[in-house]
This record gives sequence, structure tokens and C-alpha cells, in this order.
Amino acid sequence: MFGIDIRQKAWSAGLIVLFFVSWELFCLMTGMSDLVLPRPSQVFVTLVQRFPVLWPHIVQTLATTMFGFVLGVALGVALGAIIGVSRTAYDTCYPLLIGFSSIPKVAVVPIFVLWFGSGTVPAVLTALSICFFPIVVNIATGLATTEPELEDVLKALGASKLDILWNVGLPRTMPFFFASLKVAISYAFVGAVLSETVASNRGIGNVMMTASSNFNVPLVFAGLFVLAGLGVALYVVFSLIEGQVTGWATRKSDVIAT
Amino acid sequence: MRMQPNTRFDGRPVPEGAAATAIELSAASVTFGRGERAVPALSETTLRIADGEFVALVGPSGCGKSTILRLVSGLVQPTSGVVIVGGREVAARAMRVGMAFQNPTMLPWMTIERNIMLPLKIVEPFRSNFRRLRKTEFRDKANALLEQVGLKGFGNRYPWQLSGGMLQRANLCRALIHEPRMLLLDEPFGALDQFTREELWAILQTLWMTHKPTVLLVTHDLREAGFLASRICVMSARPGRILDDSRVDFARPRTVAMTFEPDFVALNQKLRAFIEDARSAAQQGAG
Repeated sequence: MFGIDIRQKAWSAGLIVLFFVSWELFCLMTGMSDLVLPRPSQVFVTLVQRFPVLWPHIVQTLATTMFGFVLGVALGVALGAIIGVSRTAYDTCYPLLIGFSSIPKVAVVPIFVLWFGSGTVPAVLTALSICFFPIVVNIATGLATTEPELEDVLKALGASKLDILWNVGLPRTMPFFFASLKVAISYAFVGAVLSETVASNRGIGNVMMTASSNFNVPLVFAGLFVLAGLGVALYVVFSLIEGQVTGWATRKSDVIAT
Repeated sequence: MRMQPNTRFDGRPVPEGAAATAIELSAASVTFGRGERAVPALSETTLRIADGEFVALVGPSGCGKSTILRLVSGLVQPTSGVVIVGGREVAARAMRVGMAFQNPTMLPWMTIERNIMLPLKIVEPFRSNFRRLRKTEFRDKANALLEQVGLKGFGNRYPWQLSGGMLQRANLCRALIHEPRMLLLDEPFGALDQFTREELWAILQTLWMTHKPTVLLVTHDLREAGFLASRICVMSARPGRILDDSRVDFARPRTVAMTFEPDFVALNQKLRAFIEDARSAAQQGAG
């Protein structure tokens, strides 16, 4: 099992290297202009050279993302718990929630800008509004899918609603919750960058916007690389936390693998 | 000698001549829904079960067998009639009975031991002592039960490490850990293969013979009913009522071999005939 794991990782790493090497070769062979598609090596050089300039923007984007994410999680958990505990609340609120979630969030940014001016606030709000939905849905689903038989067993013992929520509902929601955190952090990141691109003078989104209007294409791509790196890093952090907290939910597949 | 409502079952056999009533349904009916969409699930059922009896409920599917279990456990209130359990009328309050369903519903994040101890976290007097005794007395209690069902040493495994039959044994342990005077089983072995099922019949029989709770077993399997029960009630199709109530007097402990003897087969055929009648009556009624 260990050997398979290592080999799998080697293949993944190989594919990433292959991707960049082919990109580099493609640009060299076709004589592609920097203005259209810079070579990855150029992008890396730009990234390293301009890093001191990029750094405050990275911090800004990360801070906005985390702020929106934390607010989104708080709101999402509260709403998800209310909806998940009662079947009626679940059925009543669901259509409205679907309605809200299907609005493309780009469309909301101008409204936030109108209300709060351009800058950090609309970015935080966009991150919040885009990331809280998966949390609501997952918490509510986790609570709503408690086996009815188990609930009967406990009710027959005289368990209160709170007993059931505490002993069964909440622990059972944890894998759903952490899975949704992983999705939510990526969404919050997308939301923050989106808003920065449209209406801000700070953050990676803004850097890319400015660079593209100056035709500094390598810098645009450097921004893109930073975004990819940050996105992956956030995802990995939350995957690790998830694995630590809710290992029981994934153990079954490990057994099959051995 | 009548047992006090609050005395829990204490493991000793019921004293001689003490045929105290454990469960009494008097003309109990249950209707789900209201008005035009009302579905009668149980019609005027009268049933009296003595303390320590093992009663099996059989009948065509959807005949209200499970409704009787839910009435007795206090999960459902009778629409009319009276349900008396342990000497008092079933109110909104639950009866603290042990229940087990076809689906073992072990919590995947807990070891088997801790799963079995779950009722102790909820039922008094165990509840107030749970923190203090969970690592000593309560754990020993759980492991003693596990040993009885042949799961010795599996207490610290997780549910996903056990087979379906093993989980169902653990499920029986969970239903019995708080020493209920009453055990309600809703097709507990329905999802198991024939051999595992027969094995678990013997285990349930042993558990009943040692703990002597009142058992109400809902099943589709007539051999299962004959093997386990001291009394079998046959129910009609929806809305259910009791068509036949017969005693089963085969000597205990009963064996699987016994289920192929003529007496047993005759009983089986008698029950089958009742259910066939009930089914065809229901179909004519529907057509």
C-alpha cells in the first residue's frame, strides 16, 4: 500500500513537470510572443524579481479571504444547524437558498461596491457570500440524514432532542462540515480575487488587472501562479485538518485498499 | 406480585405465579394523517403480554406490526384506546425500552464498546454516573454482554471492521445494556443470510433465557417466530388486528434441527395459512 502511494505521487509530480516542460517547449518552438503567452521560465523569473512588490498584495488577498471565510463559516454553521434540525425549516428555506446560491457572484460585486465603496469591504462580502452556501448545505444535510432507526432507539430511551443532537447529530456532521470547509476556502479565495479584480486598488486580483492593462503579461501570469499556489496551499491545510478530525469517515476505504 | 413501575429489570427470573402484565393494549387504534388522507394503521387491537414473555408478531407486510412496537415504546400515541406498559399508561414520555431494528445503526466514529454504552449516556440512573463509571463498571458491563453474544475482544474495534452479523449482535447488546424490562425487535435479522440468522436466533434465545426481559419481536420469518417465541400473534392486513394468538410450547433451549420436526412444520403451516387468508382478503378488498 505504501509503495502504491509513493508511485501515485511520483506520477502526479511527473505530470506537473511534463505540463510546464511542454509549455516551455511549445513557446520556444512556435516563437510565441511574450505578449500572448510567456514561457513558464520567464514567469518564474518575474515572480522572483517582483516578489517584494507582490508580497503586500498577497497578504491583502489572504487576509480578505480568511476574513470572509471565517464570517461565512460562522453564518453557514448557524443557518445550517437551524435548517438541519427541523424538517419543516429545511423544506421551507431550501428554495430561497437555491435562489441565492444560483446568482453568479460577479453580479453582486457592483452592488457591494455601490453600498460600501471599492476596496476591502466588498471583497470580504463577496468571499463570504460565495463560501457560506456549501457550509449551510453540508451542515443541514449532515443533521437531516441521521438514521431514523437510531433516532427511534434513542427516543425510546427517553433521549431529548438535545441529547440526540449532541451525541449523534453533531459528530455525524463533522465530515460534511470539514469537506465543506475545503470547498468553502477555495470559494472564498475566488470571491476575494474576483472582487479585487473588479473594484479594488490592492490585492493580487488588482495586480493582475493593472499588469494586463500595461501589457506586462509575464506579471499577469506571475499573479496567476501565486493564486494557484495559494489556492492549493489553503486546500491542503484544510484537507490535513479534515483528516485529523474525521479520520473515521474515510477509514473504510483504507481497509479495502490493504 | 406486581412490579413497581420504576423498578428496572434486575436479571432474576420472574417469581413463581407472578404473571404480572407487562404490556396491555385495550382496543388501541392508530390512524396516521387526518381527514381524507387518513391511513388507518391499526384497528382496535387488544393484546395482553405477561412479564417475561417472548411474543412474536407475524403478518403480511404493512399490517401494523411495527406500529404496535412504536405504540409500546411510546414513539406513537394511540388515536383511540389505551396502551399500558409496566403498569402505567404510555404518555408522551418514552418507556426506556431497548429497541433494535434491521439496520444496526452503529455510530462509525465510536468503538463497538462505546456504541453499546450509548444508552447509558441517556438513561438514568446510569446517566448521572456515566463520566465516573464509563471506564470501569460500565465498560465491564458492555464487555460481559459482548462475550455473551460471542464478540469477546471486539469491544475496541470500529463498526466498519465488523461483518453484518457481528454488528447485529452488537445491536442486541446495545438494546440490552441499560437492563430494560422490555426488548422490542423490529425484524432484527431481516438483512442477514440464513446461517447467520439461525446462529443469532440461538444467541437471542440465550440472552432471553438469562436476562428474561419481555420481548416483542416483529418478523416475516415464520421459522424465526417458531424458534424464538413462546407465543405467536398473527395479524391481518392493514388496518391490522390480531387474527390468531397461539402458544408455542417446544422445550428450550430450542435448536435449528427442531425446526424441521413435524410438530414445528405443522405450526408453521398453520401460521402460513392464516397469513395467506389475510393477504387474499386484503387483495379482494383492494380490488
